[in-house]
Amino acid sequence: MQTTFPQLLIKHAAERPDAPAMREKEYGIWQAHSWAALGTLVQHIACGLHEAGLERGEHIVVVGSNRPRLYATMLAAQSLGAIPVPLYQDAVGAECVFPINNADVRFAMVEDQEQVDKLLEIRTSCPTLEHLFFDQSRGLRNYSEPGLMALDQLIEIGKNFASTQPGWYAAEVAKANPNDVAAMFFTSGTTGNPKGVVHTHRTLLDSAKAGADFDKLTANEDVLAYLPPAWIGQNIFSYAQWLTCGYVVNCPESASTVTIDLKEIGPTYYFAPPRVFEGLLTTVMIRMEDAGHIKRGIFKYFMAVAKRVGPARMDGKSIGALQTLLYAIGNLLVYGPLRNNLGFSRVRVAYTAGEAIGPDLFTFYRSIGINMKQLYGSTETAVFVCLQPDNEARADTVGVPIAGVQIKVADNGEIMVKSKGLLKEYYKNPTATAEVLTADGWYRTSDAGFIDASGHLKIIDRVKDVGRIKGGVNDGAMFAPKYVENKLKFFPYIKEVVAYGDGRDRVCVFINIDFDAVGNWAERRNLPYAGYADLAQKPEVYQLIKECVEKVNAELSVDALLAGSQVTRFLILHKELDADDGELTRTNKVRRGFIGDKYQPLIDALYNGKAEQFIETVVKFEDGRSGSVSATLKIGDCKTFAAVKVAA
Amino acid sequence: MTKKIGDVILDVQNISLAFGGVKALQDVSFNVKEHEIRAIIGPNGAGKSSMLNCINGVYQPQQGSITYKGKTFKHMNSHQVAVMGVARTFQNLALFKGMSVLDNIMAGRNLKIKSNLLLQALRIGPAEKEEIMHREAVEKIIDFLEIQAYRKTPVGKLPYGLQKRVDLGRALAMEPQVLLLDEPMAGMNVEEKQDMCRFVLDVNDEFGTTVVLIEHDMSVVMDISDRVVVLDYGKKISDGTPTEVRSDPDVIKAYLGTSH
Repeated sequence: MQTTFPQLLIKHAAERPDAPAMREKEYGIWQAHSWAALGTLVQHIACGLHEAGLERGEHIVVVGSNRPRLYATMLAAQSLGAIPVPLYQDAVGAECVFPINNADVRFAMVEDQEQVDKLLEIRTSCPTLEHLFFDQSRGLRNYSEPGLMALDQLIEIGKNFASTQPGWYAAEVAKANPNDVAAMFFTSGTTGNPKGVVHTHRTLLDSAKAGADFDKLTANEDVLAYLPPAWIGQNIFSYAQWLTCGYVVNCPESASTVTIDLKEIGPTYYFAPPRVFEGLLTTVMIRMEDAGHIKRGIFKYFMAVAKRVGPARMDGKSIGALQTLLYAIGNLLVYGPLRNNLGFSRVRVAYTAGEAIGPDLFTFYRSIGINMKQLYGSTETAVFVCLQPDNEARADTVGVPIAGVQIKVADNGEIMVKSKGLLKEYYKNPTATAEVLTADGWYRTSDAGFIDASGHLKIIDRVKDVGRIKGGVNDGAMFAPKYVENKLKFFPYIKEVVAYGDGRDRVCVFINIDFDAVGNWAERRNLPYAGYADLAQKPEVYQLIKECVEKVNAELSVDALLAGSQVTRFLILHKELDADDGELTRTNKVRRGFIGDKYQPLIDALYNGKAEQFIETVVKFEDGRSGSVSATLKIGDCKTFAAVKVAA
Repeated sequence: MTKKIGDVILDVQNISLAFGGVKALQDVSFNVKEHEIRAIIGPNGAGKSSMLNCINGVYQPQQGSITYKGKTFKHMNSHQVAVMGVARTFQNLALFKGMSVLDNIMAGRNLKIKSNLLLQALRIGPAEKEEIMHREAVEKIIDFLEIQAYRKTPVGKLPYGLQKRVDLGRALAMEPQVLLLDEPMAGMNVEEKQDMCRFVLDVNDEFGTTVVLIEHDMSVVMDISDRVVVLDYGKKISDGTPTEVRSDPDVIKAYLGTSH
């Protein structure tokens, strides 16, 4: 698009001044900010930041949850030609040091006292950081740190400046070029320092537009902004596409009210990672188990109907008169109320991405009439690469390349992408840039996959993680850890899995049970437990998990490529893997190598045939203090199946 | 980080309270200054809650006087105390379990509601306007205490730590000048205690409310109070800043005992 973010804002403010741009729930009421009001706010913040000394081309970090004034700050920075760098609000102080120093950041806009404290704590390691602005002043009244200022005060300064130099802001906005850098996103990075992914106005807006065209998004959409703004997906859905289409972005009251707010808003365009959909389904199922016999009977009967005809109906196939009637009754009695209860009554397009989604989970949502689809993309591609068309959603593919995107599969199985949304570069890191961007403009995704017969892209794993079994009966077989992990994670009882097998003679896994689901399961069986660690080590739980693993083994045995990846031994970890302990990335992906090093004795025990192993682990609490947990973990053996050759 | 501590707002002089032969309080005197956080500590049965109940007008001491904002009383009267701007929370929670969080906190606005029962029931005229105004005040408290997710939840369904927060919310709804907290952190885990400490400090900081609190957990008391008074067997044994109190031999004796 031949425009920039601030220019789009000015356009909306001029064309539809009174239409709501954002809503924020505060004091129990959804308060709307019109485009005109937002335009004025952005102008004042921009002038204030200029007075404070923010210069063109300079970076400003923005830390906090989804608040209108933080989004306004990003727009204000972009109006001045400065570059907003959103950081994860739940990252610990030390994780913010690298991005701030990497980009020589002098300015920071944060949400509240918690974030102010965090940045003040690392101030000595970030000598460049001069100005710290905060949105909410609660608890900060008595702070007297140099450079600390309330956003309200900054807005006042900006207002004065704007009244003395009325034409200044418009002139500043006009200076921007679509090819200027618009924002920088730090990738969470499974190894080493994070990398700053540099995007221009054009890459972000073109990608946003292509995605919006694909799903025919209009100005009438409602979106709930609840994922971290530092994640590019949030930025696309609640910022780039928001300005492209001019729809309404709704900011929840607080992180704990998201499900309530979801119900109240009833978004029409919704994104959630599979784990959110899974969590919602789990709560529904647990509540259904507690319902009376009649209700449960109706629910079971109509869910079976939905399972039979729902997906076909969503795919636009004809399902016959009787089934149509049954589905209509089901819709009246079960699906409609259920959608309403989940907050999905108005959803027109719902996306999930980030991890593989279980076929049962995916089918469940589609069968009750929610147009749930998958997409494929990354920070480097400004999200949209492949999307599933409305009638072709499937659990095991990620869709077809959208307009303006080309994909090809390299000889090593790696997916290569060429599109208008590709990153400009990694900030101050030409080596890394050269590694991912080829001379002729292709981006290496480092994902292994292939394009299936229907033209859909299917992802197997990260290229670097796809390994080979060495020695033993399956010598030389392909091992795709994530594929195995995902298959196990599709069971509601299993929350997290880490699979090992590359360069070894067989596959073994660490498992995290889902505390809610297994806890509920245990309660129904009158199985007492003291806490997570205790529950995890119950023989009954081991038996439960063993059955899950063996089911997966049976499924794998019919897969020509991955029959050798069947799991022979497993153990259930004594603590839940946590991003604060470095075991997960901030986007909740397992860091296999790190976990392997940390729990080396456990891996040894898995492979040398021991029946149990003692382990002691240091854990970090949310307030930064640390403690330790120790346990003796049992190791379970599982049945494997002979590879079955299936006729293609 | 400095805050302004004002003049004496509450002065307790020579209070003695006995239940038959049990001398709950004997000749206890101390004062509370405006905007400070004042803690009353002591072992079990030291007379802490009795002291609070005297200030609050629940008990009537046999001797002594209480001076509040320049007016001296022989004993207090609960209603009058509330009207004068003193609110309290309870050790064993006295919430309406079947009512929502919102309604519980709204109950704290009772003294401030002027329109009569009939107008309120019909929601007509000034009553509606008034209710909206009070609802706004309650919403600000809900926001302040970060309990937005439980607005409509019946209090009885909430975990204990959150019920304590609602109890505090109801006291805050009175917009008190002095807030009496009876063991606000009792029965809480470390995280809940930290949250509660932050709320107490924020109340003190944001609204300038004077806080008198009873607490068992010494680390909490030492961290957040400006001055501490120590009771033991109904007598005052020490009074001063947390550091002074901590090193007072009498306090050490009362808490750790002595060898005979």
